[in-house]
This record gives sequence, structure tokens and C-alpha cells, in this order.
Amino acid sequence: MSAAPPIRGRGPWELAFERLRRDRAAIASAITILFALAIALAAPLLAQLTGHSPIEQFTETGLSPTGIPVGPGREFWLGTDGLGRDVLVRIAYGTRVSLLVGVLASGLAVLIGAIVGIAAGWHGGAVDTLLSRFMDVVLSLPFLILALALAALVGPGLGVSIFLIAFFSWASVGRIVRAEARAIREREYVQAARALGAGSARIMFVEMLPVVSATVIVYATLLIPSSIAFEATLSFLGLGVPPPTPTWGNMLTDAMAYYKVAWWLLVFPGAALLGITYAFNVLGDSVRDALDPRHDQTIGAGRGGAG
Amino acid sequence: MTTEVLVQLRDVVKEFPVQSSAAFGGRSERLQAVAGVSLELRRGETLGLVGETGCGKSTLARCVVRLLEPSAGQVLFDGHDISTASHAELGPYRRRMQMIFQDPYGSLNPRRRVGSIIGDPFEIHGIGPAGQRRRKVQDLMALVGLNPEHYNRFPADFSGGQRQRIGIARAIALRPELIVCDEPVSALDVSIQAQILNLLDELQDELGLTYLFISHDLSVVRHVSDRVAVMYLGRIAEVAPSAALYERARHPYTRALLSSVPAFDPDERRAHASVLLTGDPPSPLDPPRGCRFHPRCPRAQARCAAEVPQLIPRAGDGPEHTTACHFPLADGETMSTDAARSVTA
Repeated sequence: MSAAPPIRGRGPWELAFERLRRDRAAIASAITILFALAIALAAPLLAQLTGHSPIEQFTETGLSPTGIPVGPGREFWLGTDGLGRDVLVRIAYGTRVSLLVGVLASGLAVLIGAIVGIAAGWHGGAVDTLLSRFMDVVLSLPFLILALALAALVGPGLGVSIFLIAFFSWASVGRIVRAEARAIREREYVQAARALGAGSARIMFVEMLPVVSATVIVYATLLIPSSIAFEATLSFLGLGVPPPTPTWGNMLTDAMAYYKVAWWLLVFPGAALLGITYAFNVLGDSVRDALDPRHDQTIGAGRGGAG
Repeated sequence: MTTEVLVQLRDVVKEFPVQSSAAFGGRSERLQAVAGVSLELRRGETLGLVGETGCGKSTLARCVVRLLEPSAGQVLFDGHDISTASHAELGPYRRRMQMIFQDPYGSLNPRRRVGSIIGDPFEIHGIGPAGQRRRKVQDLMALVGLNPEHYNRFPADFSGGQRQRIGIARAIALRPELIVCDEPVSALDVSIQAQILNLLDELQDELGLTYLFISHDLSVVRHVSDRVAVMYLGRIAEVAPSAALYERARHPYTRALLSSVPAFDPDERRAHASVLLTGDPPSPLDPPRGCRFHPRCPRAQARCAAEVPQLIPRAGDGPEHTTACHFPLADGETMSTDAARSVTA
């Protein structure tokens, strides 16, 4: 009897992961995301391979005699931009910024949203009113105008971008988590924990957090693409990561002057942005379906789903 | 059985504020779920508490274990008033009283492993080194008839009856003196009910537990209880030793409740001639004056609407059998509609 392996129930997480593994859309989007991650990690390698650093201007080879960007070819696989820089290498470096900002900003937003939401839902009363009203205020702020003003005030940068995006994203998570926490508060297992003498902190983190974490994870995956798009917007408007560091957003800004003669300046960064946000959105939907099998809402046709 | 009192309830009242419709200028009403209950629980006994859904029995139970704070009155646990104790002050008492819940699905956190759930009491009260907790948890699982090797499973892997055993294991982990059982078997199949009731019975003998056993099922209460209290609309209608209550119910409401239980013994069926109550229980937002049962009582008279009946021995009963009724039923008296008419005529 002692030699038998311990019996271990497969938990909700393991079951969800099983379902996710059978979901073809999820696998495809995961592969896309992993590919983007590999590009981001291998950006310096790519620079070495092509011999082009992301900020080096090839005025001889990278621009036509009249100063027009060079199209995709043997030397510059995805062409050059208006300053004669390699678009491929710049996109690869831009992936680093996008993924970093996307993941960190969403992580921060979800963390704040979960803590505030659970605190509001558990405590109720005045705490709930105060926090809920605050979330309403944050949600009703004209975020782009305020983001522009704040970024202009403290100066653009990576950290500022992450903070700004997190600040304008956490409240939507907070509101959802609060609603769920309010429902959980009345559940008998929370009553049981109280009857055992558990304090507020224990109830919030041991009883409530594991239950709301499914929602939180789904939101995190869905926040990443919007954070990436948000970062691109800030960069596009010149308030994200400052040049010459390449980001997809500021590459698109640069493209504005040349897109009539150099379509590749618009198409490749745009495709990268579209591809990664779409992949994260599809993955987010799959994660939601996997975590809550009863919520049988599939998007598009040909989705494998859990069945 | 000793007669040491473990829990004493004195005029316990629990009110809830109710928001009435119109958002602005709407009156904030008070729903009196428990309207002055005095009861005592003696060490080692099982006190059954029966009543219809919504009569306030679960609210009363939650006041006893202080999941709710009574609006008025006192809850004395082993002589100490805990009715207004703070979270910190309640700490030592939490170890001595526990609760078993009705819903075996809702009372266990679906995202936590069973071993961790049963280990909660040890962790919360910091009992024993963490390394020994698993063994303690497994001992408990064996004690309630679960396979100790299943400690790593999730609640979803267990049946309703097994889950209720998990809830029981958690409740007895700290060897409490009092366990409040809030409809512990009403969500289970009949065959499983008997198993759980027998387990509770064995644990009572083994650990010297005192039970407050709440149910709307009279046959279950009769099976487990030493004494039974009948509750109606926030008040206690009748309290008596189990046998006395079932044989000589004094309160018309008790009699009506008993007659609603299907009897298999024809003699019993005759004794408990069917009494059908008309209407629904009145709203606790606007309870009747006087005896709260009088609008539905076939024996009601003018006095019933004016004067609240005291919970005292009636019709020559001993101090153990108390009834809150101005016109209690005598031994063997039936409560047919004719009889009621002749009284009121």
C-alpha cells in the first residue's frame, strides 16, 4: 500500500490545460506568439546575420540615388525606411518593446485590478462604494487625451508607457473581479472559512483569489493585445519609447511620409501588429473556453473547441 | 446526560435592513428574521430545530456560531457572552464551535485540494508543525470514512455524501464542543442521509459533541434529537423532549407540522389526523401581532391577536416541555376543523 503512487486528482487547471491542448485555434495562436517571442529574443542575432544594426543608416546601399527607400530584396529582406535602416531588424527589435510592454502592462493591470476587485467585493459597504466609484472614474477618463498629457508631462519612455497602459486598463478588470468576489462572498465555503476563524486576508487570498483567477487569467490574455495596440498608439503619436529605439508604432509614424512610394514601410510593421494582437485575442478566447467549459461560445467557424 | 448548559440564548433578535423599492424616499424597512429566541443547549445533547423554510432557523444558527451578529439579546457560550465579540475576541471560541453546512457542493472551495481544505483549521489556528498536518488530515479522513489517500483530490472528484464527510472532517478537526448542523443531509439522497446521520451519531459518542441540528425534515430530526424546538416566523413555538413532542404536541402549529409527515404506521396516522393549514406564512416584514401563528390557526381567538403567548409549560407538562400557545391542545385532543369551530363558537 505504501508503495502505491499517491492518488492525485487532476485539478481544474490541469483539465483546462488538457482542453486547451486539443483546441487547434489555441495551438495555432500559441505557435504564432512563440514565434514572435523567438524573433524578439533573436533580434541581436538577426542584426548580426544581416550585418545591419537597427539604428544604423545605410545611406549608400539602403537608399536609392534620389534618397528613396529600397524595397525588399537580397540585401534588405523587408526593405529599408526613409533613413536607410533595415526594416526587418527594426521590426524584430520592435517586437521586444511590444511584447515587454504588452505583458508587463497587462500583468500590472491585472494585479491591481484583482487586488482592488477582491478587496471591494469582500469588504462591501463603504470600502466597496469608495473603490467602485474610483474604478468608475478611471473608466470614464478620456484615456488617450490624458495619456498624451501625462506622457508629455513626464516625458516619453518605456516605464511611462507601461505605467500609463496599466493605469488605464486595471479598472475594467477590477470591476469584473469585484462582481465575482461579491458572489463568492456569500458562498458557503467562505462562511465555513469565517466559522473556522479565518481573517480577511486569508479569505481574500486563499479562498477568493483561486476562484477569481480563472477570470483574471482570461482577462490578462485579452489585455495583452490591447496593451500592445495601446503602446503602438502612444509610439505612433511620438509619446511611447523615444526614437531611435524602433517600435512598431514609431515605424508606422515614419511610414506616413513614404507609404506612397514604399508600401513595405506600412505593410510589414502593420502586419506584425495585427498578427500578434489577433493571436493573443484568439488565445484569450480559447483560454476562456478551456477554463469554463460550460461557457460554450466559440468564435468563427471551424473552431475545434473542447469537443 | 449531564445538564450543564453549553450555549444559552437570551432573547436573541436578528434584523436585516431591507431596501424597499423606490430608490429615493423609499423607507428602509427591517426584516426581523429572529424575533426574540431564548433557548439552551446542554452539553452532549442534540437539540433539533425545525420549521418551515424562511422561519429564521438558519439565521439563528448563524447567530449562535457568530457568522452573524445578533441585533439584540445575548449568546452565551460556556457562560461567556459572545454576541458582540470582535473577530479577535472570538478566536478562542472559534476552536470550540463549528458548523456543518447544507450544500455539500457550495461549502467546499472547488479550486482547492481536499487535504488543504481539511487542513484549514490547523493552519488558521497555527496548530502543530506543518509537517505533521498531512498525517492529521489523513487521520481525520479515516475517522469520517474517507480514503486518506484521496487527500490530493479536488471536491469535484467526490460524491455529495463524500463531500459532506469532508465538511464534517473539517468541522471536527479542532475537536470542538459544539457543532451547528444546518440541514446537513437535506441535499443528499435518502440512502446517503442515513450514512451521514450515523456518522454524526458515532462522532458524537466518540468526541462528546453537542449538536444544534437544524432541519425542515421532521422524521430526520426525530431520529437524531434528544430535544426538539419548533420555530415559526422567528419565534419558538414549542420545545420538548423528542418523544414528548411527537406524542403530545401542544402547539397547533407543531401538530400541523407533524401531520404533514407521511406516516407508515396506521395507528400513528390516526393519531396525527391530517391538519391542513391554509395560506402561506405571513411576511416577516409585517408579522402578525400577538401570536404569530394566529392568522392560520384553526383555534385562534381574540386573545391570540392581542397577546404574545409565553413559552412556558402548559396543560400540566413538566418544565422540559414548554409551549407558546394560549390554547394548547390537550392529550389526545384532535384538531379537526369541527373541533376548532366548536372552540371558537
